[in-house]
Amino acid sequence: MQPTTAEPQQSARSPTDTTSPGRFFIALLGLIVVLVVLYVGFLFLRSNSAPQIVTALVAIVWGVGGIAALFTAANLLVESLPLTWQSRIQPYVFVGPAIAMLAWFLAIPTLRTLYQSFFSNDSTEFVGLQNYIATFSDRQMQLSFRNNVLWLFLGTGLSVLLGLVIAVLADRSKFENIAKSLIFMPMAISFVGAGVIWKFIYAYAPTDQPQIGVLNAMLVGLGGSAQSWISLQPWNNFLLIVVVVWLQTGFAMVILSAALKGVPEDILEAARVDGATEVQAFFGIIIPYLMSTIITVTTTTAIAMLKIFDVVIVMTGGQYSTEVVATQFYRQFFINRNFGYGSAIAIVLFIAVTPVIFYNLRQLRKQEGF
Amino acid sequence: MATIVQPRVASAGSAKRSQRISAILVNGILAVICLLWTIPTLGLLVSSFRTRADITTTGWWTVFPHQAYNSVSQIELGRGFPVDGPIALDQLGTSVTDEQLRAGVTLPSGQRVQWANRRQRIVDVQQQSWTTNANFTLSNYRNVLVGQQYTYTNPDGTTTTEQGQDLSQAFISSIVISIPATLIPILMAAFAAHAFAWMRFPGRRFMFAMVVALLVVPLQVALIPILRDYTALGLVGTPLSVWLAHAGFGLPLATYLLYNYISQLPRETLEAAFIDGASPFTIFTRLVLPLSVPALASFAIFQFLWVWNDYLIALIFLQARPEAQVLTQRLAAMVGTRGQDWHLLTAGAFISMLVPLIVFFSLQRYFVRGLLAGSVKG
Repeated sequence: MQPTTAEPQQSARSPTDTTSPGRFFIALLGLIVVLVVLYVGFLFLRSNSAPQIVTALVAIVWGVGGIAALFTAANLLVESLPLTWQSRIQPYVFVGPAIAMLAWFLAIPTLRTLYQSFFSNDSTEFVGLQNYIATFSDRQMQLSFRNNVLWLFLGTGLSVLLGLVIAVLADRSKFENIAKSLIFMPMAISFVGAGVIWKFIYAYAPTDQPQIGVLNAMLVGLGGSAQSWISLQPWNNFLLIVVVVWLQTGFAMVILSAALKGVPEDILEAARVDGATEVQAFFGIIIPYLMSTIITVTTTTAIAMLKIFDVVIVMTGGQYSTEVVATQFYRQFFINRNFGYGSAIAIVLFIAVTPVIFYNLRQLRKQEGF
Repeated sequence: MATIVQPRVASAGSAKRSQRISAILVNGILAVICLLWTIPTLGLLVSSFRTRADITTTGWWTVFPHQAYNSVSQIELGRGFPVDGPIALDQLGTSVTDEQLRAGVTLPSGQRVQWANRRQRIVDVQQQSWTTNANFTLSNYRNVLVGQQYTYTNPDGTTTTEQGQDLSQAFISSIVISIPATLIPILMAAFAAHAFAWMRFPGRRFMFAMVVALLVVPLQVALIPILRDYTALGLVGTPLSVWLAHAGFGLPLATYLLYNYISQLPRETLEAAFIDGASPFTIFTRLVLPLSVPALASFAIFQFLWVWNDYLIALIFLQARPEAQVLTQRLAAMVGTRGQDWHLLTAGAFISMLVPLIVFFSLQRYFVRGLLAGSVKG
């Protein structure tokens, strides 16, 4: 990739040539045209009157082409400025759109939601901490917190543990790739799709009728009586957790498996020569070596468990004491239109992830270049 | 010397044997886990091709060869035959009770007898034999894809007519939503990642800290204010609202992933280009972007699967506009309204999984690479 020195003169740029008022105004005009075109595209897409396919094509051109044009026009404008200003402004042209989107869609909304959470449900009256008090005293919410804790510990623990076991087993097997593919495949399936798949496994029919659900068919085959698993409290929570463990284990496995490949073979060999058993080598060398990856996988999975929503909505709709915090949020915010209460629940979810945010930021400070 | 050598030889032999045993054990456990992991999807796939009547009366696993009792003959006892006492079945040389015939009873001969019609006093004689239930059909798919009326034959011979589910519309919606929502954030993130990696400017640390902090923020926190903005802008219910939301929510990960990759590019290459007089913009578009294709592909797959499989964002921003609904929404709605119609649910679910599975299996390598880059640190 080393550029050749054959034609340096041609591409060399003499800074003084580029700064002319004429160039500046042409570039400014170009930027204005791009902004107008983007706005017209926005209006067209908002009206949403064209056939779907046309809308999609316009969206691709508008989204990708528009952003490319925006960057190009803004860059032309910057390059028409004196060199000192150029190097000062250029970085902001590069980060600007991304930071603006982040601010609009995540950073500012978080603050707005925090603000909302101190107001009544129609956002007109300041109520102090009342929404939070309601959040922690409501019986449904307490149940949701209990369930979310179940999800957090069981769901995360099982996913990571199974992922580790499968990664270690696959590492020693000749069928590593196919096994990993099969375990990993559910990652491509939506939570809604997984909900349907497992609802079918848990399907119930009275004991004397033919069973179409695998679980009840096995139970009846062994002489038991069929259970309506979805409404079987409190075990239905565990059955829902199984669904997500099925989805998430592949993720833990793939990442742990990659880390496992990095365990230095010579240390393992040395330990074996010194008479360490496989179990000792596993707990004494492999596990400490994988520890940082295990922590990463655990936090990532834990965050997913904290936000669990789709599976519960599809499989039980939150009935039969399976409600979790995210479904409560949806119910309060979207169905009941309790904006203050809904905001407070969202902030509680946010507070639950703050330790991870602080941890990530501390890691960042250690990183080179920051 | 011999006393030392001999045990070593013996232990080498037993080590080889124990190695073989552990290999069998490892592969055996792995095979069981893989089977457990595959059965749910397999059940769905098989069921989606079975007829409506078959799905509701027999388990999907009966499509595989299995032993079952099949009727071989019938004995007509004649109307009014007394059933309070033992019922002699002369043909079989045995007698049974009414209760036994109701539940079905296996005779010492291996045959099984059961009432075929108690009122008419007809007894069914069954023999165990190998069978399969493999009647496959495409009608479930036709039903869920096309919004026409379909007529089914019920197990008891009557027919039911129902309106098709017309998922083809939702399928197109999903594509229309997913492609722009995947492409829009990539370019923005790539520019930003390049600036974070190779430019020094005031606010850089703060802005990148913001990106990292927002990586794990639960998006529930953002939904209420964004919905308000959308209402004010008149965007609710348009695909545009979903693209923008997905672009915004996908940006932290995109920027972070691409930063990790772009900051690892060889410094000398970029410096050489700069010395040759290339502007930062040219370096980015001509050099960095082409070199980053693997990372861009990883994120694209990641984001595509995420958008395609998303339910919450579509649910909130598209709301109840039926013509704009995506597959996950329609499928979830079908679970609510047609919860027992497994012929529709299985076919619908498989249609919703088709595209992600194709993407996944054809581009698995990039997907894994993206996962690794994204989660090794954060």
